[in-house]
Amino acid sequence: MTVMTMVEAINHTLHEEMARDDRVMVFGQDVGINGGVFRATEGLSAAFGDDRVVDMPLAEGVIAGSTVGLAVAGMVPVAEIQFLGFAYQAMHQIVGQIARLRTRSAGRFEAPITIRAPFGGGVRTPELHSESLESQFANCPGLKIALPATAADAKGLLAAAIRDPDPVLFLEPLRGYRMVKDDVPDGEHVVEFGKARTSREGSDVVIIAWSYMVELANRVADSLAAEGVSVRVLDLRTVVPLDVDAIADAVSACGRAVVVQEAPETCGFGSEVIATAMERCFYDLEAPIERVSGYDTPYPVGMLEDYWVPDAPRIEAAVRRVLGTSA
Amino acid sequence: MVTTHPGSPASAAASGPTDDEQVEMMRRMIDANVFSTRIFNLQRQGRVGTNAPIDGSEAIAVGAAAALDPKQDWIYPQYREQYGLGRFGDELLDLIVLYNMGHPGGGAYPEHLRVFPYQISLATQIPHAVGTAWGMKVKGDPGCSLVFFGDGSSSEGDFYEAANLAGVRKAPVIFVLINNGWAISTPTSSQTGAESFAAKAHAFGFPGRRIDGTDPIEVYRTIAEARARATGGMGPMLVEAVTYRLGHHTTADDPTKYRHADEVEAAKSREPVAKFAALLGARGLWSDEQTAAQEASAHERFDGAWERAQATTWQPSDMFEHTYATPTPRMLRQRAEMIAHLAAEGEA
Repeated sequence: MTVMTMVEAINHTLHEEMARDDRVMVFGQDVGINGGVFRATEGLSAAFGDDRVVDMPLAEGVIAGSTVGLAVAGMVPVAEIQFLGFAYQAMHQIVGQIARLRTRSAGRFEAPITIRAPFGGGVRTPELHSESLESQFANCPGLKIALPATAADAKGLLAAAIRDPDPVLFLEPLRGYRMVKDDVPDGEHVVEFGKARTSREGSDVVIIAWSYMVELANRVADSLAAEGVSVRVLDLRTVVPLDVDAIADAVSACGRAVVVQEAPETCGFGSEVIATAMERCFYDLEAPIERVSGYDTPYPVGMLEDYWVPDAPRIEAAVRRVLGTSA
Repeated sequence: MVTTHPGSPASAAASGPTDDEQVEMMRRMIDANVFSTRIFNLQRQGRVGTNAPIDGSEAIAVGAAAALDPKQDWIYPQYREQYGLGRFGDELLDLIVLYNMGHPGGGAYPEHLRVFPYQISLATQIPHAVGTAWGMKVKGDPGCSLVFFGDGSSSEGDFYEAANLAGVRKAPVIFVLINNGWAISTPTSSQTGAESFAAKAHAFGFPGRRIDGTDPIEVYRTIAEARARATGGMGPMLVEAVTYRLGHHTTADDPTKYRHADEVEAAKSREPVAKFAALLGARGLWSDEQTAAQEASAHERFDGAWERAQATTWQPSDMFEHTYATPTPRMLRQRAEMIAHLAAEGEA
């Protein structure tokens, strides 16, 4: 084990995967000598050369679109979109093309494509640098979506993404790049998609979350433990594929649940989680499931963002409501 | 002809196409025309879905395919050129029929067929073609990729982004812009203010050529030269092949609503199949009897393909087969629910 920040774990994994498989190419804006604006690709260009680590023209459409052709040529493309909000300029390729390659070719062409992008906000960036688009992509069959909450999972899920024969959107919590720090297994470490992780054991209520919201859920669980409230935290890790059984088991075991997402409320992925719990666990529920989310507004300017992104007090208040212990 | 870049290498195709190759192109142009007409007519009978006829693009599709190497090169078509690409694999005809029926097997091209599936979203295949060419260059594979798109598609961002990347990386890719005068009802004058579509190549740092897209020999020679450049490490070329769409954009279109009959009438003298037959005829390489015989053989082949297509089985649950390498647990549940539902309804 080595203690790493999330961005160190991502960088370390990219090095390992490029060394393991010489078909892996990393490309995007400023990923070469600059090592990416968050340093996720630091050192790759020196280690693997300019043919495999490529600074691209500033054009998200072709950064995404060229992955299809590279895959057909036998490469394993790992493209970076500098901020997830810029993926809007690649949406037609990600959704209309990459996600459909296998279907359109009746299984002839695989798309072993990984698209990495920083996800979520909280660090006072300009507009469109703080988006949480997982539910928009989750509605596009053909894509898989991984959202690590720990450095260890960043390694295990990224290795799984690069080795997956299908396209994966790998969304990295922007706020967690340096704030999230934990033990990362050395050597081979691959985390299977569709297997949620219990981040805190508990039996009174379960908080279901992904990406950086898991960190906040853990804090709430730890602080309520002092009051004798037993809070379980379930980290989904991937929203496609979805670990339906883990959701059902946790909700049935606790009888009460809160779902936390950073995205706006309406049609967020939390709605999908709650509908799933209703289908599977309706008669085990002791209270309506609550969701904590961003509001139904565009992501706000810097002075307002702390009021928009869910924080520990809002999550804790929701937990108390479902427990019936609100003040 | 517009040449925006000096110093093209000596044409690799100065010797071609041979007489035999020209006769072969003639046959394939007739086939393309017959297959396209048959599919168009089947839509009128309600037996296949909306489709786009090839008319006007026969010489471009056939001439370009003739100048490529089906074992090394890739073709990324839009949705009109497929009829003329039989040189890359004759099974393409069966797949065209299945595709236009809406059959789930319509995209199941065999491994050796280096043709990408139909692309309905205009211009999105251009970044794919550039990606393949770039990947071939990184791997050191021989060959090139060629992408077809239209005058309308040239207004899409994907064209500019992909052509720009291809210029930067000197990717072995050939851009074939089929200028048939009309993007549904929008004439080229509403599509660009440039002196020509070929002129746009200058901004990307590679040559652009404007050629007669109704002449398969000119198409062949230009593509052969572009291929020699691309595979010789000199990068891309943009070829604007000018033709005229004599018929409908698709089966859902009524061109009389937006263009004059006079214009169409005037363009008929440039109809590529008849024009090429006359040219070869004048050189003693082709006759009206051969045209009739080739048409009859094309109809016979189409009848066979149509018959095979009717016998190609499918089932509703095929839709779950190729979304992922391994279906998600949720999809498996949905598939089981669908099968149970259809069984209960007595449909399966």
